[in-house]
Amino acid sequence: MTEEIISNKVGEKIILLGNEGIVRGALESGVQFVSAYPGTPSSEVGNTFWRIAKKVGVYFEFSTNEKVALEAGAGAAFSGLRTLVSMKHFGLNVASDFFMPLVYSGVKGGMVILVADDPSCWSSAQSEEDTRAFASLSHIPILEPSTPQECKDFTKLAFDLSEKFQIPIMIRETTRVALQGGIVKLGKIVKGKRKGKFIKDPHQFSTMPPRVLEMKKELLEKIEKIKKQISEKSLINKIYGNNKSEIGIVTSSVSFLYVMEALKYLNLNIPVLKLGFFHPLPDKKIKGFINKFKKILVVEELEPHLEKEIKVLAKDINLKLQIFGKDLLSETGELRPEQVLKAVAEFSNKKLKIKPVLKIKNPKLKIPKRSPQFCPGCPYWLVFNALKKAVDPKKVIFGGEIGCYMLAFYPPFHFQDYLFCMGSSVGVAHGIKKSSNKQKLISFVGDSSFFHSGIPALLNAVHNKSNPLIIIMDNQTTAMTGHQPNPGTNKTSMGNSVEGAKIEDIVKACGVKNLKIINPIKQKEFIKAVKDSLNNKINEVSVIIARRPCIYI
Amino acid sequence: MKEFNIIISGVGGQGVITLTRILAKAAIFDGYDVRTSELHGLSQKGGSVETHIRFGSMTGSKQIHSPLIKKGKANLIICIEAQESLKSYIYSSKESNTIFLINDFIKPILGSKIIPPVKDILKEIKRFSKQVMSIPASKIVKEKLNKEVLAGVYILGWTTSKNLFPLKRKSILKSIEKTVPKKYFLLNKKAFDLANYD
Repeated sequence: MTEEIISNKVGEKIILLGNEGIVRGALESGVQFVSAYPGTPSSEVGNTFWRIAKKVGVYFEFSTNEKVALEAGAGAAFSGLRTLVSMKHFGLNVASDFFMPLVYSGVKGGMVILVADDPSCWSSAQSEEDTRAFASLSHIPILEPSTPQECKDFTKLAFDLSEKFQIPIMIRETTRVALQGGIVKLGKIVKGKRKGKFIKDPHQFSTMPPRVLEMKKELLEKIEKIKKQISEKSLINKIYGNNKSEIGIVTSSVSFLYVMEALKYLNLNIPVLKLGFFHPLPDKKIKGFINKFKKILVVEELEPHLEKEIKVLAKDINLKLQIFGKDLLSETGELRPEQVLKAVAEFSNKKLKIKPVLKIKNPKLKIPKRSPQFCPGCPYWLVFNALKKAVDPKKVIFGGEIGCYMLAFYPPFHFQDYLFCMGSSVGVAHGIKKSSNKQKLISFVGDSSFFHSGIPALLNAVHNKSNPLIIIMDNQTTAMTGHQPNPGTNKTSMGNSVEGAKIEDIVKACGVKNLKIINPIKQKEFIKAVKDSLNNKINEVSVIIARRPCIYI
Repeated sequence: MKEFNIIISGVGGQGVITLTRILAKAAIFDGYDVRTSELHGLSQKGGSVETHIRFGSMTGSKQIHSPLIKKGKANLIICIEAQESLKSYIYSSKESNTIFLINDFIKPILGSKIIPPVKDILKEIKRFSKQVMSIPASKIVKEKLNKEVLAGVYILGWTTSKNLFPLKRKSILKSIEKTVPKKYFLLNKKAFDLANYD
């Protein structure tokens, strides 16, 4: 049975997630090069290509980190190939150093960057980010689909725009778009047949001053052109309902769906402007829309980016316009349909009969939250059980990081005193040990995180002589997000055999002398190694590689 | 076409996502528009899982839009783990005539000292819904097919045989065939049919 997502039955309607819609859109655009670093809620983009790349003749890799993924994708796009790069919001933070000048230089082959935000932090520790802010930082054009069908359509549009204006285009999803299932009508899969060739052009690809300032100017001109020629005219910025009204709603992304649901429920006919372009915004279209109203409501998740833009535009044309947004809707957490319903009702002075919410009465039935936990048989049980026996948890600082081992935060272990981003546990550990050498500290880092961004921190700790104990939780896969390969695995994302990088070789090359590699099933040996490392008097970094594969590989 | 809203809740690993896919595809076969919502990643590792499935009209004033179901607006709530019903109840209401199907199966919550009896849970849930049914799905599939993960498909068969949702039996079977790996299709079909002949 051929997988539905690569079906050639044009016109067939199938169910896809938003992320799968992105994949299909790329396939229908003749994509040839795809790179990603996994992260919920973006992972299905990479996972799907990982499965189908060989069958459809597309190059795919899970890169070492998001910055490298973007750089690899850019190299392919500089060489003329159509390229897709996928990551979650935090990934763009990692990639941003390269990302900013990439928007300046632009590309030859079409390049689409998919970034998925996670309002409510369903699967994201560290912070609740709104990636749209990167529009003002970098000027990159950003499209925001609402449904899986739009994910496909917007991806195709993005490839065309990217090639026409020689600029990367971002598609920004949120969790309820990325993991929303819906009907997608299939178009034709286009097989990309371009031969990649990098044509020397330092004028475009070397961002040296003073040329870099010219590039900035050219970028701003490009954006102005995209605004006038595309965004102002595009059907993805669409007005729904053209009846006479004194009030209107401006919205985007999944919020649009909640607005339409609220209007249906309240039996209201309020004109709605749905913006598929977040950047550049169609200023004239927005002005034309808001001009006739007494008041408008802006419905968007997270930060009030649209609301602020519209307030500026309103000053030119409609000084009396009342603009509502974050005064009726939360800036924290995702929007829910009932919140939007309430806001729309309040905004339109429609009475909403809300029954008091019934609550569970029986106190015995107020069950606690079911925390996620290590899978039965997970090697990390062994590591943390050994640590429980080796140390007094009250007297040791535990540095956490992004990966399955962050579940040690929850019962029964509570082994996590700080948690920030990928690669940070060792960096912070070094600073703590330099400031407070008497305190004992164990810093955890997974194999994929170590490759991703842990290595520079280890080098720093060794070179600058602090002495944390670093436990590299080597389960030989990127387990949390679905067992994707990383540089340590013996197979590439394309399924080719390679010799995986050896963590111990890297650790030794960083200058670590106190290194042990232990399978945590050997509990006694593990406990002894932890005790020895914490109690030694040498002022040096100690590393234990806890090596035992994830039970699912 | 009237809209129909289903919540499926359970614990990571119980097949909630697969069940969601089966229902969504079956709804397409029956000519509905479909929206679903699910979560992946961190929260799924042994944590609570809750998915939303809505189907209804493709166009016109009854068209469905949101992938999420509003509180109190579910027509059917399937709980593959009984304690999860104590969270999913917010989507039920007597006005919506919500039907509650609760698997008579408890997976203890780590760190919780109390494991409430299923009958106490049912009693409480009855305050929110006129039709609360408990089904020993896990027990039956374990006894007859020796695979607890089939409980969800068994409940689907049960729901179909009792006409509790407007999806056709043959559409669901076709959808199961298209959703589960080929080698497991017959086993899934057995679990589905098991309930039909009860």
